[in-house]
Amino acid sequence: MTRTSGTRAATTGAGMADPTTWTSVWAGLGVVAGALVLGLVLAWFDAVARAGVRVGSRAVLVPAAAAPVREGMRLLLGQRRTTVAPDRLLRTLAVCAVPVLALTSAAVLPLGGHSVVSTSADLVWFNAAEALLWVAVWMLGWAPNAVHSLVGAYRFLAQGLAYELPLMFAIITVGVGAGSLRATDVVAAQAGGAWFVWTMPVALLVFLLGAAAFTFWGPFGAPAARDIAEGVLSELAGLDRLLVELGRAVFLGVASATAAAWFLGAEDGPVLPGAWWYAIKTLAVMAFLVGVGRRLPLVRPERFADIAWMVLLPLTILQTAVVAVLVLGGFYG
Amino acid sequence: MTELLVLSALGAAAVCTGVLVFVVDSMARATFCLLASFLATGAALLVMDLHYLGLLTILMMTIEMAIMVVFMIMLMMNPAGLMPMTMVHNTKGSAAVGATVFVVLVVGIWTVDWPERTGSPPADPTRQVGEAIMGPQMLLMIVVGVVLLATMVAGITLATHRGRYDRFGPDLDRGRPDDPVRGGLPR
Repeated sequence: MTRTSGTRAATTGAGMADPTTWTSVWAGLGVVAGALVLGLVLAWFDAVARAGVRVGSRAVLVPAAAAPVREGMRLLLGQRRTTVAPDRLLRTLAVCAVPVLALTSAAVLPLGGHSVVSTSADLVWFNAAEALLWVAVWMLGWAPNAVHSLVGAYRFLAQGLAYELPLMFAIITVGVGAGSLRATDVVAAQAGGAWFVWTMPVALLVFLLGAAAFTFWGPFGAPAARDIAEGVLSELAGLDRLLVELGRAVFLGVASATAAAWFLGAEDGPVLPGAWWYAIKTLAVMAFLVGVGRRLPLVRPERFADIAWMVLLPLTILQTAVVAVLVLGGFYG
Repeated sequence: MTELLVLSALGAAAVCTGVLVFVVDSMARATFCLLASFLATGAALLVMDLHYLGLLTILMMTIEMAIMVVFMIMLMMNPAGLMPMTMVHNTKGSAAVGATVFVVLVVGIWTVDWPERTGSPPADPTRQVGEAIMGPQMLLMIVVGVVLLATMVAGITLATHRGRYDRFGPDLDRGRPDDPVRGGLPR
């Protein structure tokens, strides 16, 4: 051990003594608050996009922007719902797991050369948090003991089989380019305008596509689609529903910020302070994601599986191969 | 000391949730108990500062269990988790096997002359794992990769009841394959 166990006695978590880890006790709370803000901003974008697309009038945009908060309050005060013979333990676990996993994924968000959790495998950390959603969403659909929610759960798994591998290759590409799986190293490797998006556009697009798919949002909303009465969400009401919706929004918001960090260089940029750049890039990613996502029709999981395996997977492998060749050629310095 | 305590707690959690797999009477719960056991093991690796291996264990086991739960429920005749069923079969035989393996492992752990640690662990164990796999163990990894792929292809070939003659007709002259589920690409 480079560190004696005595110095680590207070911090038993993974790699807490790394220099890139925030040591302040407020850092954890700060990231939770930041993640919630990211989720709220994304929900605003989403509400505005939906209202704008549907009505096309500026008059409805302002009330639409308040919709997420209003809806949240309504759910908070609303009554919870139960079904005949549900699996209460699994439902409680699933309802809590969705927001907790979203916050877990925010722990590796790099900010000013630090993150709350900084391990030598941050990229895998994000991937693992997202993969645990498979189980959480499946439990969510299984627990109420109802047909529609179970159909939604199986749709989510089918969709997962389609998006997961391309998403993994997109994440691997970032690691290959940076020569490290640590989020702060990834940001450092893009200093001076050498943003990964220039050489990894496919990986960025697939990453955003994966983010939309694992939060079953927009065109990948089949697990909670109207044809199965909102599927995995159908039996959720009140606080349960609030937690799940919050988790989805936060996860998508955090994924947008992660994309800004991994592909757009986070704080890197001229003139303006770094934090401004980070915020601008995150908002730009959100606007792009919501603007494109809300204009696309719902994709059926079995069709998406075909496209994912026949088109996206070869594309992402090719993307990784191109980046690997560039690394060997010393392109990334 | 704290590290050791956390490690012991995680180990105990892994064993307890492992036992629960055979106690609960719902296939969904059994699968997720098994997952909890794996997650505790992955967390134990994280505590040992093996970040990549720990996170990889969590990642792979989660996806594996999410797929497995589908088959568990499909094959174990426990519709909707409502019909009680047992996970325990041949109790005496398995108890004997379990006890023997436990004794062998414990005796092995306490009697083997473990080497003393020399040097210190690297700053980035992930890189070291990568270099070991992609360096001296490369041939092994390539062979294992090909064997795994061959197993998957063979398994699917054995499992599917439809072949190319079902899809393209007896003379393989059908322009568009006759599939029960339409794909997303024009063919």
